[in-house]
Amino acid sequence: MAETIQSTTNSKTSGAAGQAEGNFVARFFRATEIDTRMLGMIGALLIIWVGFHILTGGFFTDEGGLFLTPRNLWNLSVQTASVAVMATGMVLIIVTRNIDLSVGSVLGFTGMIMGVLQSRLLPELLGFDHPAIWIVALACGMLIGGLIGALHGVIIAFMGVPSFIVTLGGLLIWRGATWFVTSGQTVAPMDVNFRLMGGGTEGSIGATWSWVLGVIACLAIIAAIVNARHQRKRFHFPRRPVWAEYVLVALGCIVVLGAVYIANDYPWPEAIARRYAEANNIAWPEGGLFISQGIAIPVLMAIAVGIVMTFIATRLRFGRYVFAIGGNPEAAELAGIKTRWVTVKIFALMGMLCAIAAAISTARLNAATNAQGELDELYTIAAAVIGGTSLAGGMGSIAGAMLGALVMQSLQSGMVLLGIDSPFQRIVVGMVLVTAVWLDTVYRSRAK
Amino acid sequence: MTEQNTPLVEMKNISISFGGIHAVENASVDLFPGEVVALLGHNGAGKSTLIKVLSGAYKRDNGEIMINGETVDIRNPRDAKKYGIETIYQTLAVADNVDAAANLYLGRELQTKWGTLDDVAMEASTREVMGRLNPNFKRFKEPVKALSGGQRQSVAIARAILFDARILIMDEPTAALGPQETAQVGDLIKQLKREGIGIFLISHDIHDVFDLADRVFVMKNGKVVGHARTEDVTKDEVLGMIILGKVPPGATPGPGAMKVA
Repeated sequence: MAETIQSTTNSKTSGAAGQAEGNFVARFFRATEIDTRMLGMIGALLIIWVGFHILTGGFFTDEGGLFLTPRNLWNLSVQTASVAVMATGMVLIIVTRNIDLSVGSVLGFTGMIMGVLQSRLLPELLGFDHPAIWIVALACGMLIGGLIGALHGVIIAFMGVPSFIVTLGGLLIWRGATWFVTSGQTVAPMDVNFRLMGGGTEGSIGATWSWVLGVIACLAIIAAIVNARHQRKRFHFPRRPVWAEYVLVALGCIVVLGAVYIANDYPWPEAIARRYAEANNIAWPEGGLFISQGIAIPVLMAIAVGIVMTFIATRLRFGRYVFAIGGNPEAAELAGIKTRWVTVKIFALMGMLCAIAAAISTARLNAATNAQGELDELYTIAAAVIGGTSLAGGMGSIAGAMLGALVMQSLQSGMVLLGIDSPFQRIVVGMVLVTAVWLDTVYRSRAK
Repeated sequence: MTEQNTPLVEMKNISISFGGIHAVENASVDLFPGEVVALLGHNGAGKSTLIKVLSGAYKRDNGEIMINGETVDIRNPRDAKKYGIETIYQTLAVADNVDAAANLYLGRELQTKWGTLDDVAMEASTREVMGRLNPNFKRFKEPVKALSGGQRQSVAIARAILFDARILIMDEPTAALGPQETAQVGDLIKQLKREGIGIFLISHDIHDVFDLADRVFVMKNGKVVGHARTEDVTKDEVLGMIILGKVPPGATPGPGAMKVA
């Protein structure tokens, strides 16, 4: 009896303590205005990372884990880039209650076109290794991707065929068309400058420039927060407490500089470093030469795409229309928005992003193949949905989708490190997708 | 004011059909500046359809629309807005995932000189308009779906009057509102009327609109039964027009009037 009473009081006090702590946490999030949803995703990402690190022998054994190593994280960032680029466009498509199943095939097709251009057609016109080849190839790829997307958009918006069907057709058609470009032959190698978009030793910007970009990013974070505070002050909107602003600046800068540090901590492979040393008449030191990779160019491209797409989605009329159409298509139409043209533009934009993703993945493989981008449509959609884009329309964020892409890629790459068979990898990815959306549904119904 | 010669809006012999069903047949209505005209009828009588022809949501099959005596061509909502016709729909037609300012300026966003959205300017004028309309409205930063029915209604009305409407169409303006909010809308209608705006009120409930309206048009089965000045007829007589199509002596019969044997 006495014991029972004891235990009840115990649980009471611990419950009260938990509540006080919850209040502090709640207060912290309210003050910093950090989106708890986004935070949940970052938490999930950290759990995945730490989990894989432990499973591959990290923390508790002497060997050290394989996941949280500069090498793996650097590779992870490069592997994520292609799907992350497409996920930014998929957000806008899903926000307007559409879907695009053709992105993997469009990636394959534009990749093949760019491959043929740079390895067969352009060298004849401009000369081998001409510096303009990569940009001409990329521009043509984006143009063709944009036209394919616009065609999908016109059929969806003006001919009234559901986007699911149009892009399902596109999935088959463009995969087939990819084959016809070279009758199934793989095109390789890629142009020397084009290849930089795929990352790798040459496709990274090195330690110095990585630090420069990192510092610029930190200054941009500070400027953004100061500006936001200034704007709120001008219009007498409630402001965050000053300490919260400092916390946000500190968090942002730590993440940015930490990422730069990790990228710089991954050195060139020894063979390449040795060749470089020989070419530049540097004596080979005893412990080996440590040359930092720095941030990879495809990662920078993905970040740039993310910033541009966020700007389009939040600062331009077009983005406003996209969200209004997603929220209430009828109201948008009655408000005088040319909803059909907006739909066409969204799909054209998606096509162009597919071409950028194609450039990254063909450059990384140093070849354009028939199978390039297969299943990417599903990873892209999954990234957007895990990133908080609602299939009911009207809700979604670019940053969330890119984070979603990172979550998907982390799972994949972790399972590869563990040596899990690829059929089982798919099973896991599928289950994670369903679970993530279920959790999101629960969260949203609570939020209401 | 109804004695003026040129009506603000004149819709002549409008017909529109969907798949062989005549939703509106040979209907004519008119509206003068500073006048409130109620369009009454049962659900499915064709009143909303007729008015959607004016607001550009539907394209008429036949007939003519004249604004200030000039024939105009209204093909879509943008055309209608060009002639100063603003509509508040029964469904409110707001994008409820964005905030009040975004809804007020939807389709007509203010832009900075760099072509980006001028959110600050839009919010400032939203605050001004909403302050005039509904001084209690404070939730400018929240998506419209977080607002109450009355607040959403004021957002929809603010959107209509923000751009100097000359002709206002209100489809069941008080259907979603409580008694106090209904009274507010009534006051607002009187205020807009004093400013010389012509207002079409559409309702299936005569009690909502009879006291506000200067004239009533009654529709039944897609045809105009007749119209009358509210001072010349009683509510019961108008009810007779709505239910039976029976035109009282104080009203002018239309093509849909019951044929007296």
